[in-house]
Amino acid sequence: MQAVQSLGRALISLALLLAGWQTLVWVTEVEPFILPGPWLVLLSLATHLELIGGHAVITLLEIILGLICGSALGMTSAVSLSWFPGLRRWLLPLLVVAQAIPVFALAPVLVLWLGYGLASKVMMASLIIFFPVTTAFLDGLRRTEPGWLDLARTMTAGQRRSGRWATLRHIRIPAALPALASGLRVATAVAPIGAVVGEWVGSSAGLGYLMLHANGRMQIDLLFAALFILAAMAVTIFFSMDWLLRRLLPWQPDTLPTN
Amino acid sequence: MSAQKFETMMAAPSIGIALRGGTLAFGEKMIFAGLDLDIPAGRTSCLLGPSGVGKSSLLRLIAGISPEASARSLTASDGGPLAGRIAYMDQRDLLLPWLSVLDNVTLGARLRGDRADRDWAMTLLRRVGLEEDAQSLPAALSGGMRQRAALARTLMEDRAVVLMDEPFSAVDALTRLRLQDLAAELLAGRSVLLVTHDPLEALRLGHRILVLRGDPARLGEALEPAGLPPRPASEPNLHALAAGILRDLAG
Repeated sequence: MQAVQSLGRALISLALLLAGWQTLVWVTEVEPFILPGPWLVLLSLATHLELIGGHAVITLLEIILGLICGSALGMTSAVSLSWFPGLRRWLLPLLVVAQAIPVFALAPVLVLWLGYGLASKVMMASLIIFFPVTTAFLDGLRRTEPGWLDLARTMTAGQRRSGRWATLRHIRIPAALPALASGLRVATAVAPIGAVVGEWVGSSAGLGYLMLHANGRMQIDLLFAALFILAAMAVTIFFSMDWLLRRLLPWQPDTLPTN
Repeated sequence: MSAQKFETMMAAPSIGIALRGGTLAFGEKMIFAGLDLDIPAGRTSCLLGPSGVGKSSLLRLIAGISPEASARSLTASDGGPLAGRIAYMDQRDLLLPWLSVLDNVTLGARLRGDRADRDWAMTLLRRVGLEEDAQSLPAALSGGMRQRAALARTLMEDRAVVLMDEPFSAVDALTRLRLQDLAAELLAGRSVLLVTHDPLEALRLGHRILVLRGDPARLGEALEPAGLPPRPASEPNLHALAAGILRDLAG
């Protein structure tokens, strides 16, 4: 019921937005190659559905592969940083400095190194995801309830094997999962940016490439159609991730009031 | 089989603990120094004292989880090591919210890489009245139920020494009385140190009652009330004694 309601609200907002857009086009009588109306965009979407769909699949693949690689890298580095204090002292400042370099500035180099294909875009998306996942997860790993750790220490005292690994696996990591989930939500929101920027810098396929191409040939209606699909894709991925994370962490309830 | 195991568990040999030269200081501020404490085998010692006197730190020192306090020596009466023979129960239940009650009770085995004896865990849960809730998440339980789950987890560890830091202070009065009876029954035969701020709780549960007070704090003469714990809360004598301890604590 709630899902239906929120979908209804989203549709109403979208309809209002489209109505405003169409009104703007009518009132200003702007040329269609500057700003096409929503109807024209819809027509373009219908005519070029196969073309847009083909490019969308490429971009979707880049986003998902980027999400997988970037998240895996981020999680691994967060766990390593939490395990080795030395690594934390040396690598963490470096990581923060590296984050200050805009990933967009690296895009041309990545294309140079990894070519025009998938690899450079997946790398872009991974790089852009890596930092939010690492910091969010590491933050969670750092903030384990001290009482749980005390309890674990009395439980593992006098063992031949140190209880550190077991404590990480059974207490620290599960306790940090809600923080990791926040990082993954941010990652899911920014992953499409990484992929599309990668496509703009140098590619032969993907929605970013299609948009750039359409822009160059004054096919603004096609550009908007591609943009629409890109946005729809990004929103779908984000909400799927959000839904999945909620399902996986039922013990972390949403305590915000609903109205 | 489980009932039989319960019997043998209760008959397990218990050990006493001797702490010598316990010291706790925060910067320049000395909380206690050169403190000696004995926990006799198989009996319950209750430690009372005003807040900030270092009761919890003393308990945590014995539990081996106090980075701030230290001791000259800390030994078991049988000469064996203390590590691995102590179970700890906090005033917060410390249940992991992502694990079911049953998985929380068997946490120790999982951390040690052992196979958890789930039948035994269920027996303990039955004893604390949580058999029906074994698969529930802690969030679904009331405060008293959560503390009972924590008690089952403490018993599951099956340690000769049990250290409890105000274990029933966060539950309502009626639940507290029930939990005290349950704990006294299930912990019989173990060497227990129970830190509390409630004189009546100490008088109900303790074979011996110790009061930690002063600046720097010192342990007073041990009080050994007549009769065996758990003493009924309705006993008028107990209330008179509690009033006396309260006066003593107030200084």
